[in-house]
Amino acid sequence: MTGRMARSDKSVLGLWWRNTDRWTFAAFMALIAAGVFLVSAASPSVAERIGLAPFHFVKRHIVFLFPALGALLAMSLASRQTLWRVSTLVFSGSLFLCILAIFMGPEIKGATRWVHMFGVSLQPSEFLKPSLAIVSAWLMARHHDRENFPGYQLSITAFLIAAGVLLVQPDFGMTFVLACIWGAQLFMAGLPLLLVFVLGGLVVAGIIGAYIMLPHVASRIDRFLDPAAGDNYQVQKSLDAFGNGGLFGTGPAHGQVKLKLPDAHADFIFAVIGEELGLIATLLLVSVFCFIIVRSFMRIRHSDDLFVVLATGGLLTQLALQSLIHMGSSLQLLPAKGMTLPFISYGGSSLIATGFSAGLLLALTRRRAGTAPDPSWSPVFRGKKAHA
Amino acid sequence: MNAIPRPIENIRIAKSRMGFAVCLFLVGYLAVGLRLADLTLLRGGDGTAIHTPQKPAIAQSRRADITDRNGTLLASALEMAAAYADTTLIKEPSILANDIHAILPDENKDKLVKKLSSGKKFVWLRRDLTPKQEYALNALGSPAINFQSEDRRIYPAGALTAHIVGYTDIDGIGIAGIEKSFDASLRDKNAPLQLTLDLRVQHILRNALQKRMKEFSAVGATGIVMDVHTGEIIAMVSLPDFDPHKPGDAKSRQRFSTATLGVYEMGSTFKLFSTAAALEAKQVSFSTSFDTKEPIRYGRFSINDYHAKRRRLTVPEIFIYSSNIGTARIAQTLGETGLRDFYAKLGFFTPVPVDLPERGKPLYPRPWKDIHTLTGSFGHGIAVTPLHITRAAAALVNGGILVTPHIIKDNATSLSPVAQGLRVVSADTSEAMRKLMSLTVVEGTGGKAKAAGYDVGGKTGTAEKNIKGRYVRDKLISSFLAAFPMREPRYVVLASLDEPKPSKNSHGYATGGWTGAPVVGEVVAQMAPLYGIDPDFDADGMMTRGMEKYLKEGKNVAALSAHR
Repeated sequence: MTGRMARSDKSVLGLWWRNTDRWTFAAFMALIAAGVFLVSAASPSVAERIGLAPFHFVKRHIVFLFPALGALLAMSLASRQTLWRVSTLVFSGSLFLCILAIFMGPEIKGATRWVHMFGVSLQPSEFLKPSLAIVSAWLMARHHDRENFPGYQLSITAFLIAAGVLLVQPDFGMTFVLACIWGAQLFMAGLPLLLVFVLGGLVVAGIIGAYIMLPHVASRIDRFLDPAAGDNYQVQKSLDAFGNGGLFGTGPAHGQVKLKLPDAHADFIFAVIGEELGLIATLLLVSVFCFIIVRSFMRIRHSDDLFVVLATGGLLTQLALQSLIHMGSSLQLLPAKGMTLPFISYGGSSLIATGFSAGLLLALTRRRAGTAPDPSWSPVFRGKKAHA
Repeated sequence: MNAIPRPIENIRIAKSRMGFAVCLFLVGYLAVGLRLADLTLLRGGDGTAIHTPQKPAIAQSRRADITDRNGTLLASALEMAAAYADTTLIKEPSILANDIHAILPDENKDKLVKKLSSGKKFVWLRRDLTPKQEYALNALGSPAINFQSEDRRIYPAGALTAHIVGYTDIDGIGIAGIEKSFDASLRDKNAPLQLTLDLRVQHILRNALQKRMKEFSAVGATGIVMDVHTGEIIAMVSLPDFDPHKPGDAKSRQRFSTATLGVYEMGSTFKLFSTAAALEAKQVSFSTSFDTKEPIRYGRFSINDYHAKRRRLTVPEIFIYSSNIGTARIAQTLGETGLRDFYAKLGFFTPVPVDLPERGKPLYPRPWKDIHTLTGSFGHGIAVTPLHITRAAAALVNGGILVTPHIIKDNATSLSPVAQGLRVVSADTSEAMRKLMSLTVVEGTGGKAKAAGYDVGGKTGTAEKNIKGRYVRDKLISSFLAAFPMREPRYVVLASLDEPKPSKNSHGYATGGWTGAPVVGEVVAQMAPLYGIDPDFDADGMMTRGMEKYLKEGKNVAALSAHR
């Protein structure tokens, strides 16, 4: 609408508005708004059950929304150089905090994943995922760009350290997502197909190993493969919820599943949506995620910057994987795995980290003109075209 | 730089591989979408099948009704609102208690205040609200008050059918009576379950029993009306009874079904069966006589008569005067096991096959010795349920076929006649028994059972209760076991009082003739018109015609015979 005016507008915001992918931005905003609405519907019963004020989680969700939106806007404005610099800082910082958590953090349900800082609890591993995606994309791209730059080696080192720290916590879900992000980037960076298969075989072996070595993983998978065998209370309640919701849902706040599921506001919020808003809303939500992924892919389709492609690929992998695991768990398509639904679920660290990732994605898919790209590191920029 | 071609090649690979990954993700989202549609629209194939037998079964179909034989409602499920409160949200408990009290005046105000100020997150206010009460409570607008709808089982007949229909627990699971024995089908079926009971007769029987219970200060009473041909139980009453809506408030004595679960030594009503056994075995006939001058001594036992005649008595005299000595002598003719075998044939040693969970297990002498033939002949030393003797009496008067008692109205069985039953006595013996029963009312101990025009016949029974192994003289089970009309019996009627005391009009008697017989007379006089049985005053006692020749004192019979 203001396109004509915006063209002449050289202010930061004007350039941002002109170059940023407004559709993806709108999709993120829609998800964030839906998240506020759904946490308001799902969390009061959870809060009451554990003896908190009814709107405890809603208030906290809204409070965390500000840093999340701040991270989103700030990162979407950043130049590519700033992107990887900030990401390197975030990566090292969160890695440090993760290590700190192992030694100092409270043990919750047998794992040490949290640190208390400035009166708030943070789960630093949430920030590892997007920052690793950027850092390793940069390292891999630079490997091709500069001779004698050990990009892959450094990337592998960064990944192994991060994964090792996560395994010590222990946080297998997070490790899995991290490995998938990094593996996807490696795959996109041109890993020979033979190696892809070898690594794929290793992953399968790893899963089988976890099944054999780790009793709780084994039980989780057994219960998925044979639902009658064990306690599937949460998943059954979740399936009931979708059935109960039907096409149009029971109406906001009229659902029952949130009364029964301990994690209705986080790991099972998709079931609450299914029950209260029905099939149409859940399909709409799925399509919003699809839209973001396809749209972002289309935006970088003509990019000739390997860093952009790999970083976007890593971030999209994270978004797709987390949303698919969350949805798949509550639909019994996958073994039950606690995973927040990006943008929607309650969770302070998760929300801020999601805002951070979204900002990164918006920056990567930004039209190339405007904020100055750094010519010093991009081989392509110096190459054929100056502008996309 | 020399590396320029490589990055471009790499970017091409990266973008196509990323496209591949994006396609994989889209396939994942497609799977999620399909699964969503499957779960919500098709209610998910295998996934949901595992847990379906939870709530829907109860929530979707309401527990089936139970009706009497005429379709009158005996039990039904109603959706009712239950109110509960979160007392943490109440600011002024006393004001709210006042408001609630105005809507539910039977709630104690002080208790309400106490409940509402308890600070608990959940307290029940009331679980069976009428729609009006629910509306009024909701209109109070208190955020503390919430509602939940529940199915409540309602028994319109209340205590009248409580022992037979039974009751359910708070979750709607049958735990007594028909509610228990037909729990599964009541839950699955939608059609009402029809019983053989006739609520009208049930009422008549209970009324008559209650009246005599009061008159004779009895602690309990039992009554049964049974169709002699089909075995259908038309009425069955156990007193004291209880409100099936509040079984928890009743004493166990009240909840106890005396008619089917209690086993009692039924006393002289057993003379029906021992006499029939001897007649059937052709060991005695009406003209056979026995000396009853002296009590029978057997070891440390002594058998004596209550209405002692102290002379030689014929079989009909022994029967109508209820002579223990005479009946013991009759039974002796059956030999060592004759009586035992006959009782076994009548089903006295096994629980009655009736569709109720409350089935008493008889007590009888094991091993059966000679002395048990003597005492068992007049109903001592063998304890059965009132339903046992009602069923056996039906067999004696219906022509000799032992029918299975029915409580469920099943047209297939009620249409097919006695043919399926086991023959226990011949038609001749059945006729002889009808004569003896008729004679008891015309001339003997059962005179008070007379219901003019309906030709009642029967047998009294007065047994001392055996309390902790001792027979107690003034704690009696006084019964009258009858049938009508005697020419062609249609119904057996049993009336029995538990521990009746002599009333001011009964001249010191609390025997079956004084207590049970009048109940039978009253029930017959009231129920016969309902069943289209026309009174026939000329037919009364007709069965006894010609019997005077067996009686030394038989003015009534002689008069009857002379009249015709």
